[in-house]
Amino acid sequence: MAPAEPAHRVLEDFIRALRASEVRVSPAEAIDAHRALADVGFADRTLVKDALAVTLAKDAEEVTRFDACFETFFARREFTGCADGASAAPSASLEEIIVAGDRSALAEAMETAAGRAGAALIQLSTQRGLLTRRVLDEMGLRGLEARIASLRESEEPGDSALAESLTRGRADLFVQAKAFIERQAKLYASETGRRLRDQILATQAFTSVADEDVRSMEALVRRMAKRLAQRYARRRHRAKVGKLDVRHTIRRSLAHDGVPFDLAWKRETIERPQIVVVCDVSRSVAAAAQFLLLFLYSLKEVVERLDAFAFSDRLVCVDDLLDDETVDDAIILILERIGFRPTDYGRALEDLFAPHGARLDRHTTVIILGDGRSNHAEPRLDLMRRLSDQTRSIIWLNPEPVTYWGQGDSKMDAYARFCRVAKTCNTLKSLERIIEDVLRTYLPR
Amino acid sequence: MKAASLPLDLSIADPTASVESIEAGLAGVGYIASRRIATALYMASHLQKPILVEGVAGVGKTELALSTAQLMGLPLIRLQCYEGLDETRALYEWKYGKQLLYTQILKDHLGPALGEAPDLASAMTRLEGVGDLFFSETFLEPRPLLQALRVEGGAVLLIDEIDKSDEAFEAFLLEMLSAFQISIPEIGVVRATTPPMVFLTSNNVRDLGDALKRRCLHLHIPLPDQRLEERIVAARVPEIDARLRVHLVTFVQNLRRLDLRKTPSISETVDWARALVLLHARTLDPSLVRETLSVLLKYEQDVVAADAMLGDLLGRPVEGSDGAG
Repeated sequence: MAPAEPAHRVLEDFIRALRASEVRVSPAEAIDAHRALADVGFADRTLVKDALAVTLAKDAEEVTRFDACFETFFARREFTGCADGASAAPSASLEEIIVAGDRSALAEAMETAAGRAGAALIQLSTQRGLLTRRVLDEMGLRGLEARIASLRESEEPGDSALAESLTRGRADLFVQAKAFIERQAKLYASETGRRLRDQILATQAFTSVADEDVRSMEALVRRMAKRLAQRYARRRHRAKVGKLDVRHTIRRSLAHDGVPFDLAWKRETIERPQIVVVCDVSRSVAAAAQFLLLFLYSLKEVVERLDAFAFSDRLVCVDDLLDDETVDDAIILILERIGFRPTDYGRALEDLFAPHGARLDRHTTVIILGDGRSNHAEPRLDLMRRLSDQTRSIIWLNPEPVTYWGQGDSKMDAYARFCRVAKTCNTLKSLERIIEDVLRTYLPR
Repeated sequence: MKAASLPLDLSIADPTASVESIEAGLAGVGYIASRRIATALYMASHLQKPILVEGVAGVGKTELALSTAQLMGLPLIRLQCYEGLDETRALYEWKYGKQLLYTQILKDHLGPALGEAPDLASAMTRLEGVGDLFFSETFLEPRPLLQALRVEGGAVLLIDEIDKSDEAFEAFLLEMLSAFQISIPEIGVVRATTPPMVFLTSNNVRDLGDALKRRCLHLHIPLPDQRLEERIVAARVPEIDARLRVHLVTFVQNLRRLDLRKTPSISETVDWARALVLLHARTLDPSLVRETLSVLLKYEQDVVAADAMLGDLLGRPVEGSDGAG
């Protein structure tokens, strides 16, 4: 019942293609896939696809990627062909194949040559040219070229005609090989490139993200907020397994003449973080503001007790906007309402205290996102001191590097004294790390 | 609730012999399965692996387990997960009250029994024997997981909404899912005589751990396309008029394209079809739809949004029948 050797290899290649398109496949799952194939056989394409899908793809997004990858991978080759081994005689030379016009033999030869040339190991799309050349060499292009040259020189009748048809065959071969490598690159290399780009984006300063990268940046922000939230926003109680609550048990036992029929166990309540985020959306941080708001939006969806404020000259509560609008609308509305005006940190602090002072208690962590540039207005350090006395801690994330703090109209150095953490934060990576620290300090782990 | 009883030939032949027989068998018990669902079941029974079923609420995840149990003629054991679920609820518990009651009642007999012992050491030895009695099967309360392992001839175990449980519980499940065995400190390892067929369902409240996913086959049930949904409605609500069925499924399919807070899934479609049958409806007219819309949509703002689009949704021809989904 063991499948033929080539089928094994095809499946291994396919699994590698899957891994390249971000379907994580562990060795154990690969073994499952082999067992599944051995069970269902190769005759029914849909059956093979479904059987592999249930063993290899492990969530809804992976299923989508799996389907796409399957279609690309098995676009030409059929499982039956591979299982039976090579259809044409493997000894057929390139010339014979071209003369016979046998397309399936040509494809077969290309597949074999690609295996020898390591075409499936392609990592980046820039390797395409080199690999095409290698595959052609492995197929015996040099021999073919020499043959064409000698045929052209020969006097025999018919030889020049043959040379003509071989030349045409060669041109066709180039086209085929290029298309073949294109497909390989799409299978194995497209995701590596994307991942590389994501990595670079995550460490790139908010202020220097190019317009065309904004979309992928947004996707990254969302993924990050979801990841953080899943880790920290769920449980409220945790039973301390096996720890008896003696006081409760004795009290309950009174009803049973002191015999402790009804046991009470200790539980521990996990404190949920209560977070107040104040986000500067003024002109000086305009480039970063969009991402900070996006992050705020994503976080708001998943952290229950989060109050969000935005300000430039005045401060407003944006909870409703973030709750009711879609992310793009919310950001536009916020920026329209109060964005891009000159900052006034003193006024913003007043606005924060006036109607919302009651919300700020010793359970609250305040996160301020802003550059601390107050346009020479009164910084109201007294309010900042009150804020730091009243709340659990203040965390200030500033998109500017530390060397700029206190320069010009920046009051950052003065504000920083009241913060538990004051850090430069102008990349996604640093944003994630800092927020994670905030959430983690609340949870005993 | 099920449409038809098990056909005779299927109950004799092994229903899991092929993908087609599973598909037909499930249809026989009133569950219209897509090809991929049937394949997943087939793989699960042949590789003896649990299936992790994902999909939005009301798409038929739990129903799949119920129907499979009915198809295979096995008892269904269900474990509903929730935040804070632990081993004592899922696996086993000592019947503490019973133990205590017995010791209280037997207290008077204990004196004479031990009184005959000549010295302390022999009294201890006697007491030890008694102690073991209190941690035996008599005082063991098996919970769903243990029950599933001990059923003769196998069972279908449904672990519902696994994503609602804690990570710790998920980790605890791993031994059970990969080896079909469970360790109980006082008794030893309990191994399944016949491995149960395990279904885990998840609504994606949180991401499950990789270790758990690796041990399971994965099945994602999407919302059905027009044709599949018509078949499902036909199987579930056989008394509905054929034209009305096409019309109402088209309406729901169109409704799903709106940006709603909670998109109606299969169970809502079936409920709606039942409601329409009860109201003796022959066609979908706007006032009827408006009155019954609350069966399909669970949020006020969704109802308002759909109401505004009602003319569009109803007026749209049956173009959805070929390209929907």
